[in-house]
Amino acid sequence: MSDIVATPVLKKSPNGAVPPSERLSLRSAVRWESGLIVVLIAALWFGFAQPNFASGTTVFFMGYNMGEIAIMALPLMLIVMIGEIDLSVASMLGLSGTLMGLLFQDGWNIYLAMLAALVVGALGGALNGVLIAKLGLPSIAVTIGTLGLFRGLAEPLLGANSVSNFPASLTKIGAAGVFGTHFSFSTVVFVVLAIIFGVVLHATPFGRSLFAIGLQSEAARFSGIRVDRIKFWLYVLSGVLCAFAGILFSLKNASARYDQGTGLELNVVAVVLFGGVSIFGGRGTVFGVVLSVLIFGTLQSAMTIINIDPQIQNIIIGVLLLISVIIPNGGEALRRIRARTRRSV
Amino acid sequence: MEPLLVLDHATKSFGPVRALENGSVTLYPGEAHALLGENGAGKSTLVKILAGVHRQDSGDLTIAGELVNFSGPAASKAAGVSIIYQEPTLFPDLTVAENIFMGRQPLRGGRRIDRGAMNKAATAVFSRLGVDLDPERLAKGLSVADQQIVEIAKALSLDAKVLVMDEPTAALTQVEVQRLFDVMKTLRSQGAAVMFISHRLEEVFASCQRVTIMRDGNFVSTAPIEDLTIDDIIRSMVGRNLESLFPKTITEPGKVVLEVEHLTSAGVFTDISFQVRRGEIVALAGLVGAGRSEVARAIFGIDPYDSGVVTINGKVLHRNAPRESMAAGIALVPEDRRQQGLVMDLSIDQNVALASLSRLSKGGLISRSSERNLALDWAQRLQLRYGKMRNPVATLSGGNQQKVVLGKWLARNPSLLIIDEPTRGIDVGTKAEVHRILDGLVAEGMAILMISSELPEVLGMADRVLVIREGRLSANMSRAEADEDSVMRAATLQSTESIV
Amino acid sequence: MTAVISKKPAGAAMARGGALLRAREMGIGIALVLVIALTTLFNHSFLSASSVQQLLTGASIFALLGVGETLVIITRNVDLSVGSVVGLSAYVVGNTFVNHPQMPIIFGFVIGILVGAVVGAVNGLITTVTKVPSLVVTLAALYIVRGIDALIVNGKRIDPGSVPSGFQTIGYYNVFGVPLLFIIVAVVVAIAGYAMRSFRSSRELYAIGSNPDAAGLAGIPTGRRVFTAFLVSGSLAGLGGALFLAEYATVDSTGGTGYEFLVVAAVVVGGVAIFGGSGTILGAALGALLLNTINQSLGSLKVSPFWNQAVAGALLLVAIAFDRWLSLRVARSLKSEQGAHRDV
Repeated sequence: MSDIVATPVLKKSPNGAVPPSERLSLRSAVRWESGLIVVLIAALWFGFAQPNFASGTTVFFMGYNMGEIAIMALPLMLIVMIGEIDLSVASMLGLSGTLMGLLFQDGWNIYLAMLAALVVGALGGALNGVLIAKLGLPSIAVTIGTLGLFRGLAEPLLGANSVSNFPASLTKIGAAGVFGTHFSFSTVVFVVLAIIFGVVLHATPFGRSLFAIGLQSEAARFSGIRVDRIKFWLYVLSGVLCAFAGILFSLKNASARYDQGTGLELNVVAVVLFGGVSIFGGRGTVFGVVLSVLIFGTLQSAMTIINIDPQIQNIIIGVLLLISVIIPNGGEALRRIRARTRRSV
Repeated sequence: MEPLLVLDHATKSFGPVRALENGSVTLYPGEAHALLGENGAGKSTLVKILAGVHRQDSGDLTIAGELVNFSGPAASKAAGVSIIYQEPTLFPDLTVAENIFMGRQPLRGGRRIDRGAMNKAATAVFSRLGVDLDPERLAKGLSVADQQIVEIAKALSLDAKVLVMDEPTAALTQVEVQRLFDVMKTLRSQGAAVMFISHRLEEVFASCQRVTIMRDGNFVSTAPIEDLTIDDIIRSMVGRNLESLFPKTITEPGKVVLEVEHLTSAGVFTDISFQVRRGEIVALAGLVGAGRSEVARAIFGIDPYDSGVVTINGKVLHRNAPRESMAAGIALVPEDRRQQGLVMDLSIDQNVALASLSRLSKGGLISRSSERNLALDWAQRLQLRYGKMRNPVATLSGGNQQKVVLGKWLARNPSLLIIDEPTRGIDVGTKAEVHRILDGLVAEGMAILMISSELPEVLGMADRVLVIREGRLSANMSRAEADEDSVMRAATLQSTESIV
Repeated sequence: MTAVISKKPAGAAMARGGALLRAREMGIGIALVLVIALTTLFNHSFLSASSVQQLLTGASIFALLGVGETLVIITRNVDLSVGSVVGLSAYVVGNTFVNHPQMPIIFGFVIGILVGAVVGAVNGLITTVTKVPSLVVTLAALYIVRGIDALIVNGKRIDPGSVPSGFQTIGYYNVFGVPLLFIIVAVVVAIAGYAMRSFRSSRELYAIGSNPDAAGLAGIPTGRRVFTAFLVSGSLAGLGGALFLAEYATVDSTGGTGYEFLVVAAVVVGGVAIFGGSGTILGAALGALLLNTINQSLGSLKVSPFWNQAVAGALLLVAIAFDRWLSLRVARSLKSEQGAHRDV
């Protein structure tokens, strides 16, 4: 390795020296986001081609459909940034909504029930965090485990029942926008959170350390960054925000069920990766994720208007997910194939 | 006699970077041939071409008179070339025997692997090597030396015509090195050619017949070993005389900055005690794997330790708390620049700023301009050669990368600088610059603890030399007492002898 | 002196390659016996012939999927698409029977395997050519395949009436009291288990997962082997779909939903390291059996079946934490062994 680096030529010509996987820089991130803007325009164009798309209702339903996914995508984005994953997000959404419903049914004050759900979110996140950050277990395995565990804990709480008599003052977030606008409550929450996340990730020492951890966690540790502690708290944050998303989910549907949001982890992971966050960590912008949310929202609304079955919408989401991981790697794959064919000549 | 392997004017570029301009080497049956050159001379690239990992852009490779064109490592292996890498490449979850015979396990009844025969064959190879390893144990947990032995056994079992060894002795003790030389002799007597890469010239003189020297990706010369002296070799490798590499100002050391007492970490190092004062460079010498870097990591707080006390400027440090160590004035320039020292994909200025971010922030937000100014300031002070501050640090040469690591830590104005292998993989010109920087820092009153595997660097730069052998301090010498012989002796002497 | 003594246990623990793995299989065996014994204590009918037959049948499809999943995980990858493949394959096979009622039963299996093989091949191709983490590829495949399933099913369902009775027989027939379904899967497990120990190419799967870089340097055709693992995993999931149809005789667009989670849990509980390189087919199959036994035991103890998933999740976490603890302990004792070695 050192042979390559120490060659004097390198000083003048930076690019090809580094392995392709390391070459994606800020520039390529910008390119990815420009691409997203083009896709967004195309998606909007597709949307406006559908009848009744250009309306306040569409804006509301975009928030209605995407709000919780978008909120869960923000902490997941940070987790992917540091090179880990959290597949338990949708199960936490189910557990928290179920718990809130159950406690409310048992006569708890609704706000206390919400608080309890958030605490459980924090605990669930802490469980992930301890296993991953302190014990050093692979996050894939751990969060596949908690995906089952959280949903599995929600299941016996309510069984096949649902709770649906939440106060109308709260469930109205599922019926109309806030402050007389067409923006859903979850949209407003997402916008506020996205601004906070954007500033923290891109302008604070903490945010910078996330990039460092994702790109080279060893070097981050040697720079005095407390990698394990940060990892732990990111999972706690994810747990809390997913629990919050679960509360919103139950309220907007005016119904809490143990299986609410089953499979949403696909949407959340897809939104994050399509937003240009590298699955290998260290690369991504909040702006990209926001664009990704808008694209998914637009597509989903348009597809719903023309009556495409949600299961089939999943095909499109799955394909978008594949595209977003294959394109950054595609150039290298092509080069490899070309090299192989040249070899065999 | 017909040569066994000829590599003629091989070139290899990675993008616009020329890693190899002229790689040429000729190996004859029955010879041990040393390939020498500084880090960055192109040796590894040449080895990887022989291994089939890289393919040369131009130039011919001939083995046993036949022009070959390797499509991959498997083709190289099939042609009778066997490589032992510096880092062992074993499969930890598989047994030792399976590691040796992966892909060519003995079969019976068609396609079934015959484990009995495989284990027997492994035992046979081990007995040829004169070692006693259980072929049925997992490779996981083997010491580096034992791993290296498994690698050698692999090569031996292949009946390789050409055996390439890339610094195989770095982690071996004297006895194991001797055994390795015996194996080389056996192989040679069977008509194989051995290519030997090592930084320890005395080993080259002890084991090789001919020497090929490379510099800056180019072939320099090939000559019989008896026609050369160590000085000749070094001059050819470096391309100029050595003296200028080590500027050294002798200063009077001041008060104690770092005090380490009875530092112990079970199985890693034991009872390490020493001091470093203001205005002196203390070198920590010893073999790779002796525990030098581990001591540095424990002092800085990256690794925990079992017992002992670390005091800096009179303040006792807690274990395993790098932030506290940093606040107390310690800086650590780690051994592995690419993994530990730098975040290769972050820009130059972001790397310089990485350890000083809170100081560069206003109201919790990083001030881009202070970040930039800090980096510009240190770039100028350390005479960094770079294109744009916004470029990833990976675009710099090894020497300039090292300057960025130095800048990153000096920006914190530490009172103790721990620097692990300050010039590994750096071109000669920058090497001298790094040494001049260290010398200047000491003159300004900094305390430096330097870990180095390069004896000339240790002897040229240090005011005092500590030697660690197998996790214990085996010598503490003044600049005057330390010479090549005394340091090497302290580093390699077998423990059985030292007990007496 | 102590140095010499401390060397022994660590050396012994590591001495025999398979010892640890065999210990794991023993452990699961013991756990199985314990679960069965405890349950029988409270519910005597738990060990009745029909209950045991149910235990074996219930575990069969998971054990079968576990075989493929083990191959994939051993190479340091994961296949999350197996549940969707089961659903798609079951429906396609059923639909073929609807359209061609006279089709020989064997074709049902062939079609199932083919459906799975296609998905497995696509997974394997994308993973090996683009080097995208298989987690993402197969997560996408999970939903894409399920979506395709929904497209084909289009709200319908296969009813028992349209599945040939000969085909259904496979789902409940007993040979000398042993469920045929279980025998089929046991044969697959035996063959796969034997192959994983005895063939060069299958040993290379372990090598790839154990140290991918070294595997490349050793000249192992990494891409081809990983592709094969995905192909096998997909094909077995396809076969699993056919067996699913034989067992339940009915299927809609939700067949096999969530199986991927239970299969990964079973495999990991069975001692297959999630980071590749080690684990056995038998262990994975035993893991599936254990998981299913615990579920049925909870059922027979009148614990709500709603707890099943939580138990599987918890077991998965316990298994990986236990593995980690074990390897840390071994590493520590090795370290002090080496330290002692130095001191001698």
